[in-house]
Amino acid sequence: MTDQNHIIKLTAAEIAENIASGVLTAVEVTEAHLARIEAVDEKVHAFLHVDREGALAQARAVDEKRARGEKLGPLAGVPLALKDIFTTEGVPTTVGSKILEGWIPPYDATVTKRLKAADVVILGKTNMDEFAMGSSTENSAYGPTGNPWDLTRIPGGSGGGSSASLASYEAPLAIGTDTGGSIRQPAAVTGTVGVKPTYGGVSRYGMVAFSSSLDQGGPCARTVLDAALLHEVIAGHDPLDSTSIDAPVPAVVEAARNGSVQGMRVGVVKQFRGEHYQAGVMQRFDESVELLKSLGAEVVEIDCPSFDLGLSAYYLIAPSECSSNLARFDAMRYGLRVGDDGTKSAEDVTALTREAGFGDEVKRRVMLGTYALSSGYYDAYYGSAQKVRTLITRDFEKAFEQVDVIVSPTTPTTAFPIGERADDPMAMYLADLCTIPTNLAGNAAMSLPCGLAPEDGLPVGLQIIAPAMKDDRLYKVGAAVEAAFMEKWGHPLLEEAPSL
Amino acid sequence: MTVTTTPDLVPYEDALATYDPVMGLEVHVELGTKTKMFCGCSTTLGADANTQTCPTCLGLPGALPVVNEIGVESAIKIGLALHCEIAEWCRFARKNYFYPDMPKNFQTSQYDEPIAFNGYLDVQLEDGEVFRVEIERAHMEEDTGKSLHVGGATGRIHGASHSLLDYNRAGIPLIEIVTKPIEGAGERAPEVAKAYVAELRELIKALGVSEARMEQGQMRCDVNLSLRPHGRQKFGTRSETKNVNSLRSVERAARYEIQRHAAVLGAGGTIIQETRHFHEEDGSTTSGRVKEEAEDYRYFPEPDLVPVAPSREWVEALRAELPELPLAQRNRLREEWGVSAHDMQSILNAGAIGPIVATINAGADAVSARKWWMGELARNANEQAVDLGSLPITPEHVARVSALVTAGELNDKLARQVIDGVLKGEGTPDEVVEKRGLKVVSDEGALTAAVEEAIAGNPAIADKIRGGKVAAAGALVGAVMKATRGQADAARVKELILEQLGVEG
Repeated sequence: MTDQNHIIKLTAAEIAENIASGVLTAVEVTEAHLARIEAVDEKVHAFLHVDREGALAQARAVDEKRARGEKLGPLAGVPLALKDIFTTEGVPTTVGSKILEGWIPPYDATVTKRLKAADVVILGKTNMDEFAMGSSTENSAYGPTGNPWDLTRIPGGSGGGSSASLASYEAPLAIGTDTGGSIRQPAAVTGTVGVKPTYGGVSRYGMVAFSSSLDQGGPCARTVLDAALLHEVIAGHDPLDSTSIDAPVPAVVEAARNGSVQGMRVGVVKQFRGEHYQAGVMQRFDESVELLKSLGAEVVEIDCPSFDLGLSAYYLIAPSECSSNLARFDAMRYGLRVGDDGTKSAEDVTALTREAGFGDEVKRRVMLGTYALSSGYYDAYYGSAQKVRTLITRDFEKAFEQVDVIVSPTTPTTAFPIGERADDPMAMYLADLCTIPTNLAGNAAMSLPCGLAPEDGLPVGLQIIAPAMKDDRLYKVGAAVEAAFMEKWGHPLLEEAPSL
Repeated sequence: MTVTTTPDLVPYEDALATYDPVMGLEVHVELGTKTKMFCGCSTTLGADANTQTCPTCLGLPGALPVVNEIGVESAIKIGLALHCEIAEWCRFARKNYFYPDMPKNFQTSQYDEPIAFNGYLDVQLEDGEVFRVEIERAHMEEDTGKSLHVGGATGRIHGASHSLLDYNRAGIPLIEIVTKPIEGAGERAPEVAKAYVAELRELIKALGVSEARMEQGQMRCDVNLSLRPHGRQKFGTRSETKNVNSLRSVERAARYEIQRHAAVLGAGGTIIQETRHFHEEDGSTTSGRVKEEAEDYRYFPEPDLVPVAPSREWVEALRAELPELPLAQRNRLREEWGVSAHDMQSILNAGAIGPIVATINAGADAVSARKWWMGELARNANEQAVDLGSLPITPEHVARVSALVTAGELNDKLARQVIDGVLKGEGTPDEVVEKRGLKVVSDEGALTAAVEEAIAGNPAIADKIRGGKVAAAGALVGAVMKATRGQADAARVKELILEQLGVEG
């Protein structure tokens, strides 16, 4: 039997290869990861629910398939951590909220279905900010997740459980969702890779909605190639999601296998620097730009004046949509029900349930959104925010006339200490300064590690942004940058993380 | 129970002497699509509670809607038949409000971008006069579920111990058709309201997009009404009488509100903008929710659905396929059948045009088709308070009964019994004839025996006839008919009696 500590350090691509060639069994691989979860998750708290039996059953099925000589998919038998925002038939789905405590969905999300169909082994459901609202995972109703680099710091959010599971070697693959940066910012602060595909690239069916026009599921991994392999499994048109794009998935795996920036024009956004940015983050970013030049890219400064309005527009659009999306949590059909003692009206039961079941940040955003949509305020708030959204989209369009991709820091700072911004929502919102414009415009972006900030020794993320439906460019550039850094560092960045 | 106080009403003529009524009619039509508006669930009525549901129409977390193309097509057909413009691009919108039987706590509807707008519908009044009702818009939306309040009086929420929720109806496609303010109808306003709803119902049925059965809630009407003194331009404050669900009720509700508004205004009071409930029992309305505290629906474009952009080719193809519109059809049929405008109006109000035409198409002659549907069957439908179309008899059945009468195999009385049998679920007309043994007795032997028996049993009458009083034969015919349980052909019986007695007929 191969050493479990060896197995958990393998990439998804390596695991799949080993299973296909018979060096490892899927059950062995799954057991190794379950053992790792058992050993460290008490400290990390990446998982809300570990589906031990389900994972082993899936793994056994893969081994049986192989024994029968059936062809295995490119990620068959590879374990994965699924953000607890995707419905899983028969397995609890809480969205990090008390209001769905105990709810067992009767159906699988399209992403869940595709993972199962590809024989990816789902280890369990990962922690997240309640309803994906947050940048630190501190808003989870089930307690915070620690950053494996420093357990007293945040792993990013909302998908902190997914990023932490990767950085702590509990899983080689994870799924996140990105409404304003919830895949990319956690990837940046944990030294992992995260991709927000083009809006409509990955089905939202069965992904509990926060802000429908911004939400996008995507792959999280420790390498660019692994992210690409996962991207291909989950992406593609879904007739159950009207906003899903009916077009071929960009060739992301091919791009990840052929990394290059030779002759590419790379944009650096003038607006993405200034007082909110940590010095060490900018230092690593500037070095990354130099690296791109050395690899043959032409770097161009671009002006995107509307990006300064992105955060404001986001905090009108996302709360507005969430105020409507979350209205269904009324204690009538599923989840928590408080005060149903036979004496109270349906309205009272709903009010009591929401009071007990929703956390502060969720209530704050529902109130903000309800206000922004109300008659007499709609034009000034929601209407204006939609106009800003159009302006930001135009800024991108103009930029992409000059460049093939844009790069920026993923998030202005490294991982901050748990509790530091918990009572300062505005400070918390700044974490998404560089990621939000992409959500508003609906195009694609990736975060990958570009070093450690000198002042605190914590990971810094490099963001690559591509036009809509050009997700493959992220992987082409990302793979080139990753390879160059690997050569420079001599090992993956994560190896510098303290052992848990 | 809420205490119902009936306010003083001003006599109708007096109200009209001072005020002009202005009406707005909002009609919801449940489309007859096989599946719901945003998911693949069946729309069949009468299934067990919550068996026709899925994650989408239950509003489960994560579920998403997908637009039913037949729903859009039906909306466009209705829009075209109402002479509307069809939007080149429009969106769904969320109407946010809370109700336990609404799964998502928002209704997916349309707001400022309806699929069809700016049209009209010509409606014909009892005397043949045509009144043009202008259409503001027709838009697509979804129905809610149903609440069943248990333990209280008369199924109302007040006093109920608990409520049960059935989501089978949730997500069934609805088209809401809204008129522009209807002005200038004067004293005929209630009649116009009724004629409009009747005409709309015919239109919907002719388009084949819904059976539009009002008693089953497939078509529901809200009557908005206000009064203004003669000569004034500005509209008065309106009341909105909700869910008026029969043609007669539409007329009564409008009439009642005219009288009530006039009473309030005449006494120096002000009309409160509110919703009102209509009561079938006495034709009154009572106060519902006051609109001043009305909810703010916080409409915004539905982000889960892409815009609907019907191509002009599609719209024109649908326009080309439109059937003959009901008013034109009625004018044609009126000539073909030779009936008066008033009779045609009665046929329309009874919802009998479709069945009669179908019966004629199935081989019956126009007179008998009309006779059955407007007579025996209309009476039956009235007794059960259902639409003609809901009766368990088909135009083919009626045509068959008519054919049996023409062939002399049934007389009128027997035919009515056959219809009764079909309505009672005893089978097709031929099966009912068979089971009930309802053939006209044409066996001459049996008939001759019955005639001889009647003559022998009534010697005095027989003598009268022999003496030339042919009219007295009626009594003997009656006796024979009685003996044959009505199954004999009366004319033939009379011939036989006269033959037997040697008298010329």
